[in-house]
Amino acid sequence: MPERPRPRSPDVQIYRPQLTSVLSITHRASGVWLALGAIALVAWLIIVVAGGRAYAVLESFLGSWIGSVLLFSWTLALYYHLCNGIRHVAWDLDYGFELRSIYLSGWCVVAVSVLLTGLTWAITLNMRA
Amino acid sequence: MSEWKRGDPLQRNQPGGRATALHRSIGLGSAKAGASHWWLQRATAVALIPLLMWFLAALVSHARAGHAELVAWLARPVTAVLMILLLVAMFQHLRLGLQVVAEDYVHADRIRFAVTAAIHGISYALMTAGIFAVLLIALR
Repeated sequence: MPERPRPRSPDVQIYRPQLTSVLSITHRASGVWLALGAIALVAWLIIVVAGGRAYAVLESFLGSWIGSVLLFSWTLALYYHLCNGIRHVAWDLDYGFELRSIYLSGWCVVAVSVLLTGLTWAITLNMRA
Repeated sequence: MSEWKRGDPLQRNQPGGRATALHRSIGLGSAKAGASHWWLQRATAVALIPLLMWFLAALVSHARAGHAELVAWLARPVTAVLMILLLVAMFQHLRLGLQVVAEDYVHADRIRFAVTAAIHGISYALMTAGIFAVLLIALR
């Protein structure tokens, strides 16, 4: 064994949250949440195959408050992960990697994903009426 | 010996240890597969941008249409092909992403091996089930 333990990275609790770190972990969290959404997508396809009666049960579930919360959270997670993913691809291509641009694009991602989520649900709810 | 039985590479490199050079080095360097992981993650990410925009637009306009109209929409060749492409890109992307999450947070070798295997196995199973469901609708 070494005589003393190797230095470790400071604990997360010590750091002051910054936009960059919060958006980074949100990207990962939204990705994991969307993976569950992908399971739901496959379940949705299987229920469509199963027929109209099964689909009616699904529709009533999606209309309930828990179904609506799930759909809304997946919409927001998807738009966020999509927008921030584009930001990541831009970085990979060596665009926007200065501190100013990183903060600017970060706030843009937040604004655009909230805006698109609102727009999507406004259209969806209007179509039902 | 398989990778997951070998233990933490850093623990094998004790000063004064009697491990051979090969035993010390295996598992530490590039597995020569990291670049393909990185590229497939990016390629599927870029593919998902138009596929998801199409899917969201279609979902908003068809979700409240009822079962019969939904089946008719999914049965269209263009829809079926795009849905299968979406499933492939999505499950490849999430399989690679979840693998990295497991690598970052699961420290016990054997558990990480099991979790990673489950991620890849379940992803391929769900992707195949989804594709099969689309084909059933499209070819019925």
